Amino acid sequence: MKKTWYAYPYVVWLLIFIVVPLLLIVYYAFTVTTNEGIRFTLENITRLRDPIYLKVFLRSVWLALISTLACLLIGYPVALILASREYRKKRFLALLFVIPMWINFLVRTYAWMTLLEKNSAINVILNFLKLPPLNILYTDQAVVLGMVYNFLPFMVLPIYSVLVKLDKSIIEAAEDLGANYFITLRKIIIPLSLPGVMSGITMVFMPAITTFVISRLLGGGHYTLIGNLIEQQFIFTGDWNFGSALSFVLMILILLSMLVMRKYDKDYEGGGAIW
Amino acid sequence: MVTRILKKVYLYLVFLFLYAPIFVLVIYSFNDSKSRGHWGGFTLKWYAALFQDREIAQAVYHTVLIAIISSVVATIIGTAAAIGIQNMKKINKVIILNLSYLPVLNPDIVTGVSLMILFIFMKAFTGVGLGFTTMLLAHITFNIPYVILSVMPKLKQLDKNLYEAALDLGAKPGYALRKVIIPEIMPGIITGFLLAFTLSIDDFVISFFTTGSGVSNLSIYIYSMARRGINPKINALSTIMFVLVLILLIIVNLRLSKDKENSKDLKVNSSLKRRES
Repeated sequence: MKKTWYAYPYVVWLLIFIVVPLLLIVYYAFTVTTNEGIRFTLENITRLRDPIYLKVFLRSVWLALISTLACLLIGYPVALILASREYRKKRFLALLFVIPMWINFLVRTYAWMTLLEKNSAINVILNFLKLPPLNILYTDQAVVLGMVYNFLPFMVLPIYSVLVKLDKSIIEAAEDLGANYFITLRKIIIPLSLPGVMSGITMVFMPAITTFVISRLLGGGHYTLIGNLIEQQFIFTGDWNFGSALSFVLMILILLSMLVMRKYDKDYEGGGAIW
Repeated sequence: MVTRILKKVYLYLVFLFLYAPIFVLVIYSFNDSKSRGHWGGFTLKWYAALFQDREIAQAVYHTVLIAIISSVVATIIGTAAAIGIQNMKKINKVIILNLSYLPVLNPDIVTGVSLMILFIFMKAFTGVGLGFTTMLLAHITFNIPYVILSVMPKLKQLDKNLYEAALDLGAKPGYALRKVIIPEIMPGIITGFLLAFTLSIDDFVISFFTTGSGVSNLSIYIYSMARRGINPKINALSTIMFVLVLILLIIVNLRLSKDKENSKDLKVNSSLKRRES
């Protein structure tokens, strides 16, 4: 079969629309245009050491970490419960979990704007119960809430799919040998589900650290997260050099963490050795 | 017994967390009063306003048109690419596949801004500014890798002898491809197409950076409206989108479960193999 030329249109496409744009990012990240012309520089990258930007960067990492942890704590028991149900119910419940994922991301985030504002349904109920109102819209809590809400299924589904495939006889063996439920959980189920946990963590952390929609709609302000900073540079300020430097750092960060996570994910059977 | 009840309560609480915002959204789309604090009676006026809004009609048109064109083009280029890549030398194969993974792994925002730079750069040569065309090109770009990812496993499963047998029996290479290879990898092609279509319909970030003024899709429209605060028209729009997704999912699931029942007694082996891929 000598049909390699079938791939040529795609190879051309790949070069123009994937390779060249990334090279452009690298180019802008490491150059600066002055009166004397364009020269190589590292100052776009070192600008990140500026306390203002460093704070944004650390805050993005911090909020993404909290959201990932919250998703894990809420999601793991859900996956465990879903996986332990009998077949018919399991399929239905898993479907119920998937449906919100199919709703447009913007709609899901907007829904929380309605729920968190001053005279929202939640506050009407709280007021009725004589409880203090909830005023968290345009704060960090609202951003974390939005992230957890949007990305929770990304944590539950990989863990669920590992747990479902788990050999039941191993669990039965542990029980036969006298382990109670918590020991079985700690010694058998959790270690065996680690690949699912790892891909869950990756799938929540990545979108959480790069989002600019959730922080803009639920967090209000302008400079909240690294995603907003990048948006700012390209849409409003027009500082492509700094914007590219930020994108470059973000890209390296993500690809490196992918690399680390892949080491744990033995089930991975994708393309190649590099990523 | 107690743990069983606890489990149930926990599960329902999580479902409440997932669905309550959506139901509140839906309910407010019928609220006559613009203030969320109180219920001003049932109304359909937000839906009426929605259907009269030309901007929304435009956004829907762009969303659907781009989804159709980009997924069809991506499916054709991607399927051909997968067949070609499968026959390449190991080293070329690894390089191309790894490059293809870049847009899948890369944060959307990075893909978005990198394409934006490219399009603005290219404008000097092609004269095409940011707008419908660039958004379409961007969608095709991020769709192709998903088609390749769906088709490759099917190609790996393919029995090489089948194609050679067709040639031995006198089929020309093109004919053998059409009659033997394409039908065998069809499930992968369809999966890739559907994936590409839904990704395109749902995309916000990459579209946001690659479109120009005046051309928006539904996600961009919702974003620009939501940024200005709460608007019951978005609730009405969201409700319609939610209902459409629900109907689509129900149809797909009914079909899937029907397929499963029909083929349940068929070869267990083949289904196991499929799951492994």
